[in-house]
Amino acid sequence: MSNTTTTPSKGQDFEQTLDQSDTRVASFDVRHHSLLERIRHVLHNNPTLVPVIVLVLSLVAFGLIAGGKFFSAFNLSLILQQVSIIGILAAAQSLIIITAGIDLSVAAIMVLMSVVMGNLAVFAGVPSGISIIIGLAGGVGAGVMNGWLITKIKLPPFITTLGTWSIFYALLLWLSGAQSIRGQDIDANAPLLKFFGASFSIGGARITLSALLMIAVFIVLWYMLNKTAWGRHVYAIGDDKEAADLSGIRTDRTLLSVYGLSGFVCALAGWASIGRVGSISPQSFYEGNLDSITAVVIGGISLFGGRGSIMGALFGALIVGVFRSGLRLSGVDVLWQVFAIGWLIIIAVAIDQWIRRVSA
Amino acid sequence: MTTPVVQARGIVKRYGHVTAIDHSDFELRPGEVLAVIGDNGAGKSSIVKAICGATIPDAGEILIEGKPVKFNSPIEAREMGIEIVYQNLALSPALSIADNMFTGREIRKPGWQGKYLRMLDKPAMEKFARDKLTELGLMTVQSIKQPVETLSGGQRQGVAVARAAAFATKFIIMDEPTAALGVKESRKVLELIQDVRARGIPIILISHNMPHVFEVADRIHIHRLGKRLCTINPKDYTMSDAVAFMTGAKEPPAEDAA
Repeated sequence: MSNTTTTPSKGQDFEQTLDQSDTRVASFDVRHHSLLERIRHVLHNNPTLVPVIVLVLSLVAFGLIAGGKFFSAFNLSLILQQVSIIGILAAAQSLIIITAGIDLSVAAIMVLMSVVMGNLAVFAGVPSGISIIIGLAGGVGAGVMNGWLITKIKLPPFITTLGTWSIFYALLLWLSGAQSIRGQDIDANAPLLKFFGASFSIGGARITLSALLMIAVFIVLWYMLNKTAWGRHVYAIGDDKEAADLSGIRTDRTLLSVYGLSGFVCALAGWASIGRVGSISPQSFYEGNLDSITAVVIGGISLFGGRGSIMGALFGALIVGVFRSGLRLSGVDVLWQVFAIGWLIIIAVAIDQWIRRVSA
Repeated sequence: MTTPVVQARGIVKRYGHVTAIDHSDFELRPGEVLAVIGDNGAGKSSIVKAICGATIPDAGEILIEGKPVKFNSPIEAREMGIEIVYQNLALSPALSIADNMFTGREIRKPGWQGKYLRMLDKPAMEKFARDKLTELGLMTVQSIKQPVETLSGGQRQGVAVARAAAFATKFIIMDEPTAALGVKESRKVLELIQDVRARGIPIILISHNMPHVFEVADRIHIHRLGKRLCTINPKDYTMSDAVAFMTGAKEPPAEDAA
C-alpha cells in the first residue's frame, strides 16, 4: 500500500508533485501599496493616532477661527477642567467597551455614590474619609452587580446596564429625596468631599485636582491594560471570548474584575464631581452615560471589543471639550455644538470600520 | 510493557437519554501518534473531551501515567502538561503571536516590577515565542509582534501547534488540525506532528482525513456507537478496512489488534 507510507518528505501519491512546486510559502505581498493603503495600515497598528490627529487639527482650526481667546492658557485649562468628570467616566466606559460590552449605568453609579458620600458625611455625621471609602466600595459593589448579572445570569451587557441604570437612578432619587445638597452644607460639614475641586495656577492656567485625577486614572489604567497579564486577558476576552476561555483565561472572573474596577472608577468620578460642581445634585450628569460612550467612540475604541487604546478615550473626551469651547467662542449657537458632536461620532465609527477592513 | 500515558476504563457519559460515551476504553502509549477515527456522532470528541477535562464523565476511571486523575476543567489538565489544539484554534486575532502563545501563563518581570507592579516581561516572552517557532521551522512570519489576524490559515495553525508543543509535557490533543487547510498547509502541519512526536511527546489526533491518519498514526483507535471498537495498526490494514470497521460494514478484529 503506497498510501501507508510514513516517510515525512514523500507524503501521499497526489502530493508527489509538491517537491517541484513553488516553494514561496506565504511570502508577504510586496506589491506597491498606495498612499491611502499605507495610511490605513499605520492607523490599524496605532488606533490612537486618529483621535490625536483630530485633536491637533481641531485645536489649530479653532485657534484660527476664534483666535487668542481660544488659545489662552486659561481657556485650554478650562477645557481640561470641563472634561475631567466625563473623562474619568469615559475611562470606566473604555474598560467595559474593550471587553465588547457596554455600560449604560456609569453616570448613575457616579451620581448615586456622590449622593451616598454626601448623605453620610453631611447628614449622618459619618467622618468624611469613611463616607468616601463607603462610597468607593459602593461603586465596586454596583459594578460587581452588573458583572455578576452579565457573567452568571448571562444577560447581555446592554440589557443589564439598561436595567441597572434605572435601578441606580431610582435609588439616588430616593436617597436624595430629589434634593440637592448645598455647597455651604458640604463646606461646613465635610470639606474633604470637595477635595478635587481645589485648583492652582501656573502662568494663567487654572489646573484643578479633578483634571489631574483624570490624567492619573488614564495612566494607571493604561499601565494595567498594556503591561500586565490581566490587561492582555481583558483584550483577549473582547476579541474572542470563546477563544480566551479555551486558551485558559478565567474569563468570568476577569470580566467581574473589569466591572468592579469600572464601578470603582465611576465612584471616584462621583467624588471628583462634588468638587467640580460644588454641590451634590441628583439631576446632574443625566447624559453622562451617553457622553462617556461618545468620548470612547471618538477615541477610536472599537465597540466590537478588543481593539483600541484607553488613551483614545482621553483624547475623545478632549476633542468633545475642544469642539464645545471652540464653537462657543466662535459665537455658534449651542444646538450646533450638539450637531457637530453627532457628526463626530458617526465619522469616528466610519473611520473605525474602514481601518478594521485592513487585513495585513 | 511501559505504563501508558493515558489509560481510561469504562468511561460513561450520558446527556439525558443520549449516551455519548458507553463504557469506552482508551489508551495512549508513550511517544506515539494515536489517531481517533469514527463516524459523525460516534462520540470520538466526547471521549477525548472526557480525557482532557472538558466534560466530566459519569463513570469510569482515567489514569495518567498510572495515577488516577479527576479533572474538573481543561485548565486543570493544562496544569498537568496536557495541551489541546482546538479546531477553531482558540487564538485572539488582534493580539500578537507572542501574546497568544502565553495567554493564561504570562511571564512577569523579575524583582519588584513583576511582584508589585505585575509588569509583564515582554522581551522574554517574545524571545521564547520566536525560539519555539524557529524550532518548528515556522519563522516565515515577519515579526513576533504581528497580530495573529494578519497570518494565513496555515501560519495560524502553526502558532497554535507551537503553543501546544512548547508547553506540553504529557501529551497533545489535536482536533481536526488539517480540516480547514489546503494541500501544502496540511503537509506542513503533518510534518509538525512528526516533529513533535520526534521529541517524544505523544499526540492524540482526531481526524476525518484517512490519508492523513494512515500517514502519521502509529495506532488507530476506531470509535463506534460510543465506545472503542478496536485499535489497529495502520500497516496491517487498508483505509477501506478502517472505513468498513468504522461504519459497521465489516466485523472488526479483536479489540486490541495493535
